[in-house]
Amino acid sequence: MLALKCPRLCAQENTVDYFLTEEQRMIKETARQLAEEKIIPKRAELDERDEFAAELLRDIAKADLFAVLVPEAYGGMGTGAFDIVLALEELARGCVGVATSFAACGLGILPILISGSEELKHKYLPSVAEGKHWAAFGLTESNAGSDAAGIRTTAVDGGDCWILNGTKQWITNGGEAKIYSVIALTNPEKGIRGASMFVVEDGDPGFSYGKKENKMGIRASSTRELIMKDCRIPKDRLIGRKGTGFITVMKTLDVSRPGIASLGVGLAQAALDEAARYAKQRVQFGKPIISFQAVQHMLADMAIQTDAARGLVYGAARHIDAHPADASKVSSMCKVFATDTAMKVTTDAVQVMGGYGYMKEYPVEKMMRDAKILQIYEGTNQIQRNVIGQELNREYA
Amino acid sequence: MNIIVCIKQVPDAKDVRLDPKTNTLAREGVAAIMNPFDRHALEEAVRLKEQLGGTVTALSMGPPQAKEVLLEAISCGADEGVLVSDRAFAGADTWATSYTLAKAVQVLGAFDLILCGKQAIDGDTAQVGPGLAAQLKLPYVTCVQKTREASAAMLRVERMMDDGYDVVQLPLPALLTVVKDINEPRVPSLKGKMKAKKAEIRVLSAADIKAEPQCIGLAGSPTKVARVFSPEPRSNRRMFSGTAAEQVSQLVEEIRGYL
Ligand SMILES: Cc1cc2nc3c(=O)[nH]c(=O)nc-3n(C[C@H](O)[C@H](O)[C@H](O)COP(=O)(O)OP(=O)(O)OC[C@H]3O[C@@H](n4cnc5c(N)ncnc54)[C@H](O)[C@@H]3O)c2cc1C
Ligand SMILES: Cc1cc2nc3c(=O)[nH]c(=O)nc-3n(C[C@H](O)[C@H](O)[C@H](O)COP(=O)(O)OP(=O)(O)OC[C@H]3O[C@@H](n4cnc5c(N)ncnc54)[C@H](O)[C@@H]3O)c2cc1C
Repeated sequence: MLALKCPRLCAQENTVDYFLTEEQRMIKETARQLAEEKIIPKRAELDERDEFAAELLRDIAKADLFAVLVPEAYGGMGTGAFDIVLALEELARGCVGVATSFAACGLGILPILISGSEELKHKYLPSVAEGKHWAAFGLTESNAGSDAAGIRTTAVDGGDCWILNGTKQWITNGGEAKIYSVIALTNPEKGIRGASMFVVEDGDPGFSYGKKENKMGIRASSTRELIMKDCRIPKDRLIGRKGTGFITVMKTLDVSRPGIASLGVGLAQAALDEAARYAKQRVQFGKPIISFQAVQHMLADMAIQTDAARGLVYGAARHIDAHPADASKVSSMCKVFATDTAMKVTTDAVQVMGGYGYMKEYPVEKMMRDAKILQIYEGTNQIQRNVIGQELNREYA
Repeated sequence: MNIIVCIKQVPDAKDVRLDPKTNTLAREGVAAIMNPFDRHALEEAVRLKEQLGGTVTALSMGPPQAKEVLLEAISCGADEGVLVSDRAFAGADTWATSYTLAKAVQVLGAFDLILCGKQAIDGDTAQVGPGLAAQLKLPYVTCVQKTREASAAMLRVERMMDDGYDVVQLPLPALLTVVKDINEPRVPSLKGKMKAKKAEIRVLSAADIKAEPQCIGLAGSPTKVARVFSPEPRSNRRMFSGTAAEQVSQLVEEIRGYL
């Protein structure tokens, strides 16, 4: 078999064997080589310049990783959440901004995959599998963050078309994607139970973008408003049945959360790699700082937490691929644990590296900034804990 | 456009050692990789194929384990891999290597273009590309940094020079050697890896390519390595310090001393 050509990271590869298949190892290796050769050399500059990583997404496309997001029946080679998790973890080891843009493409097509008609699937998924078209997911609005029920965007039946009005906020890949899955109220009296999902395409009449946000981290990703002003789209762009939009959103997020969790695992691993390598070479009081027990214990905790997070995320993704009736609790648990871990481990990596860790010459400063978003988007970790708590309340009734 | 890419398997530069007794490279236990320049030659070939259609054949002379780089080439977009391998090739210098590759190319049939790396990171001679072109009586350009124009009949390329570049147009079939500036190679793709997993590498022996025994291997190699050594470090070195302006004036003073 082809040998892994990236010894720098592989030296750190002494962790649990998850019995990956040959295809799964290929996915991981491909994503890792992309991170090593393409992403890592460019990440600091993209971050500094607040620049969307279009070129890197094209590199990811050339390596066929977009195909992992789409099942074979629609031109991809994906087999489910677990394969996607493997790819995302390794990309995030390079840069969470780039990995987020890729993940959002997967998120954007999930509503079509979960609830869309065969026609919609055949129309949109093959071009995403090729990496030719990128996707995005539009739920959040200025008054509807954690409380998705607060959305105001409407879609009115205009006879031969749907007419959408409203503004989506903070949409990853906004302005860069071709395909947007957007939720809007088709029956406002019913509130969120009267919502439906639609595909809006870049270039649709009445569809435009607001300003690009200037963010703390994941600056290689684009976060923008989607503005719909009498935006007219063909009738067949409705995803699933009218009124099922919110259910589709909930199912989408249940499947996608392990992806965000895996970004946390990859990021934590990257921070641990940097910190451990540095601690071996930094000498104070005549010794490498890794010989001080206080530093060793921090590194040990970072390693324990990262491996524990990986185990939970892989388990959750495999659980989802077994198509359980309800995956919310497991999916929320892995998202909370892995992203809290990423925040903790990246913060500790800066601590292990002291003042050098705080400087932009070293990558852990960016890693710590990038970690924060993982606790916020795709449902804050407070909201995830609500979901888990409510589920426990039901289970122990 | 049918393209042949010559690919050499080389020891990873990070751990190259010389055997002090034999004065040859100690290759045992050293990780083998695709010669870095050849990754760029392969990438250019795959881009030309994507643009103009045709096929890309990866060709290597080497021991059986050189199959690995050919499989890697397939995972990066080559259609097939051909390994020229025979004990009789052992000890080949650049002349014998060029001769052997030329004989193999003739067996492979019609082609429009041969791409080589500028040099191999172990042998480092940069002779095999031009040598191969001479054997095959092909027009060639070395150190190509950019393909400006490509069609079925001709190429227009930029040749890197110390002080800029030349623009050269040449008819096909032809041979180019490329420098790293020419492109950024892609990483092996998933579909490519699946393909490589199933691929069969064609192996050609000295007999298969109808090589003359006196022209191959040690017998066919006019180069004799007399001695390999590390030069003594020169001791009379001085570093200037201070601001850039201070260093420049110190340097000017120093040069004056020699005038
Ligand atoms: C960089 C970035 C990219 C994003 N990408 C997308 C995207 O692609 N698509 C999309 O639709 N959205 C996207 N979002 C939006 C994101 O999902 C929301 O920001 C998130 O859901 C939280 O909403 P909010 O920011 O309005 O916070 P709020 O809901 O205002 O929450 C503020 C605080 O209150 C807490 N809180 C709120 N309600 C409760 C409660 N009931 N119990 C306990 N605590 C509570 C929250 O946990 C949080 O700490 C993105 C956001 C960012 C910052
Ligand atoms: C002074 C000297 C010392 C040498 N010492 C040794 C030694 O210690 N050990 C030893 O094993 N050999 C040695 N050689 C042997 C030999 O010359 C080279 O390894 C071989 O001929 C290729 O030359 P190169 O590596 O300089 O390739 P270059 O001419 O630098 O390579 C240019 C391009 O030609 C192509 N190419 C080169 N070789 C091959 C190949 N085998 N298959 C396919 N494409 C190829 C590639 O595209 C490559 O990028 C030595 C030669 C010389 C002149």
